[in-house]
Amino acid sequence: MIANHSISDTRFVFPSLEQFLDVLLLEEYNTRVVVLGVMALGAAAGIIGTFLLLRKRALTADALSHATLPGIAVAFMVAVAVGGDGKSMLGLLLGAFVFGCIGVLLILAIRHTTRLKDDAAIGIVLSVLFGLGLCLLKIATEMPGGSAAGLQGFIFGKAASMVASDAWTMVAVATVIFLVTVILRKEFTVLCFDEKFSTSQGWPVVKLDIVLMGMVAVVTVIALQSVGLVLAVAMLIIPAASARYWAKNITSMLILSAIIGSASGWLGATVSALVPRMPTGPVIVLICGFLFVVSFIFGRNNGVVISQWRRLQLQRRVGMQHILRAMWEVCEDKTEKTFRIESIVLLRSWKLAGVRSLLKRAQSKKYATHLQHGEWIVTEAGFAKAKRVVRNHRLWEVYLITYADIAPSHVDRDADMIEHILGKDLVDKLEQLLDSGQPLSSPHPIGDKA
Amino acid sequence: MNWTEIDTWIVIIGALCAAGCAIPGTILVLRRMSLMGDAISHTVLPGIAIAFLVTGSRDPMAMLIGAVVVGLITAFLVQAIQSIGKVEVGASMGIVFTVLFAFGLVLMRQAIDHVDIDPDCVLNGAIEFAWFDQNPDGWGIPRGAIVNGTMLLANAFFMLLFYKEFKITAFDPALAKSQGINPGFMHYMLMTMTAATAVAAFETVGSILVVAMFIVPPATAYILTDRYGVLVGLSLGLGVFAAGLGHLSAITVPTWFGFSGTTTAGAMAVAGGVLFVLAWMFSPSQGLLVRLLHNRRTRSHILAEDVLGFLWRVEERSQGSVHTNELHTALGVSGGALSKVLRRLVKHGAISREASHYILTKSGQARATSLVRVHRLWEVYLDKNFPQDGHQLHQSASRLEHVTTEEMQSHLGDADTDPHGMPVPSDE
Repeated sequence: MIANHSISDTRFVFPSLEQFLDVLLLEEYNTRVVVLGVMALGAAAGIIGTFLLLRKRALTADALSHATLPGIAVAFMVAVAVGGDGKSMLGLLLGAFVFGCIGVLLILAIRHTTRLKDDAAIGIVLSVLFGLGLCLLKIATEMPGGSAAGLQGFIFGKAASMVASDAWTMVAVATVIFLVTVILRKEFTVLCFDEKFSTSQGWPVVKLDIVLMGMVAVVTVIALQSVGLVLAVAMLIIPAASARYWAKNITSMLILSAIIGSASGWLGATVSALVPRMPTGPVIVLICGFLFVVSFIFGRNNGVVISQWRRLQLQRRVGMQHILRAMWEVCEDKTEKTFRIESIVLLRSWKLAGVRSLLKRAQSKKYATHLQHGEWIVTEAGFAKAKRVVRNHRLWEVYLITYADIAPSHVDRDADMIEHILGKDLVDKLEQLLDSGQPLSSPHPIGDKA
Repeated sequence: MNWTEIDTWIVIIGALCAAGCAIPGTILVLRRMSLMGDAISHTVLPGIAIAFLVTGSRDPMAMLIGAVVVGLITAFLVQAIQSIGKVEVGASMGIVFTVLFAFGLVLMRQAIDHVDIDPDCVLNGAIEFAWFDQNPDGWGIPRGAIVNGTMLLANAFFMLLFYKEFKITAFDPALAKSQGINPGFMHYMLMTMTAATAVAAFETVGSILVVAMFIVPPATAYILTDRYGVLVGLSLGLGVFAAGLGHLSAITVPTWFGFSGTTTAGAMAVAGGVLFVLAWMFSPSQGLLVRLLHNRRTRSHILAEDVLGFLWRVEERSQGSVHTNELHTALGVSGGALSKVLRRLVKHGAISREASHYILTKSGQARATSLVRVHRLWEVYLDKNFPQDGHQLHQSASRLEHVTTEEMQSHLGDADTDPHGMPVPSDE
């Protein structure tokens, strides 16, 4: 940290190329350790977070991470009381693990024995145990023979204090989690998507759940040191949530989530090494957040862009079909297939401008031609196409009247909603169904088979 | 313990904050949105950091506005990611608040490292020093008390103004909609109240206590009462009590073990937790221990009736007294439970004991007779209305005989023999 900068000093100091390469090529030992550690953490969290997200336990993990704080304090106090130095990483993490598990058990107990729901149970455990942790930490700082300074680092994370053995612990944990996931992938997947099915298969659902939450606890505990307990949950859920926008199936989601997690770890550690006054944990979370936003907007499944594009496409198709049907209805009984734009406007709650632009689109597709002054003619191709559309619409009307028992005065609107999403196969089926039954009787003539 | 004026003010500030939080907290808990309170309390941090960067000062009004705006953005983003991005609500909250909180931390490190807002203060608050933070014309009232008191009044005002609307939306959002209450408006008003309360409280007591006070007292009250008005009142009381108890324990409990004291904000949260555990165990209607005791009492009551019935049937076959072991095998219960029941029956004079053998007394006989009568009448009734085989008949009647009231018995009618051919004993 740079000690003396003025209050208005918000300048962004760009690193020199040399520094840049130093960090990027992992020349420095410290950077190497941190990068290795957070990448392993990101991969482990990404994998286990996928199941956590699918099992809808995201915030249980948040409570778990907050509940580790009293564990750290208690472990320190016990170690100092029996004459140890209290800062042994293994002891602290063990304490954190135990209290994290206690937190999860308390949530389950509150949920099952009171009328409070998950949210309140999580909130109670999270805030009360964290408060307890703060109290105990304060007391721990007064313990004779031990210096508790630095324990606060677990709250917001202090990646810079990471040493090689910590990084290798993270790698080991990530490997174990990877192996367990490879072995239990099928079981976990079914547990997440269909708990009842896995019960019916005779799988030990409760044991699987315990293994899953146990692994979440392990990942949370190793995340404490680098990203801190307030933000540990971000490492678990954000990569998984981002991966879901791209993945085809659970395997690709697991792989993507692991990649996003470790990429965020790597980028975060790099940025924080390059730019002064950039705390590693929050920067990693911000990069995760950035990748989430990118996925949220551009993702293949439910991404904002793709959903909007699909909606627009559907709207255009529906609009075109409406105008085709309107043209047909206006010209149905005429030999001259010409019509005036005003007669179309009258058919629906349409505005003149809207009809005009629809007709222009129809013209560009050669379904209709503008003659003069609002006088239009339907082309051969347009007529054939319109015939099919109208036929679909009227077939549906008949179907709805015959089979769905809908009043004839309502069928037009209902058929209107469904006709646009009919595929060719469905139309054929519809014809067969109606052919085999009573003679066709639409409120309107049905039209010939195109 | 050395209680001074400062301690009194600490408790007053904590109590004002707790009461202020309890009001929106009741609705958050009832609407299952408790964690929205948690999320918004976290995003106060980026809110004040941005306000600081924009205005370059620590003007409280700017920070309030900044935090409320970011709080509302949080609520909006959570909803947007949930509905547009098809992410489950918990995960959506987790994503939004962690990213915004991380953003706040980075901003603070970048620009305002040496201003007296630091991450530890965010969590812990500085309620211990709140007394020293006084406006020159504040009549000796600490700023924390004024800020939290104002927030409490504002929350109470809105609560009273929209009492009916809040109550209906909290319990039945669908009904609220049908009554013309705009759920979106109520939602964002609640979010505004939550964010404003969080930022008002945050500086003095820290965000962790805010989260605790939003959720814990209302959740505690919820397992004590069914009525909304009582729920609000209880939450206020519990919050205030937790604040007092918290500070008292913060300065006393550690001294028992030779330490000087601990953080008040944390201790207030823990005190809230202790009150919750007490309610969880001892709530008259839903307490865990209360329900456990009730179950045990019911079990031993049933066992006592079974003993009486068994002894009566033995006498019916004109075999005399019964040995304990025989009772064990016949009733299939553990020794401890049975001997306790037997001791109580002896004490009440329903049975008498002689060398590990038991026999009904006169009053015991009367009680047993009516039990067996009810049992056999039930068998008759069930056989007539719901024909089933003999063993099932006996099982059903054995369950029903323990819960039959006088009135039910009068509807069972009368009979001479049960379906097994045994005589139905008469009442007298």
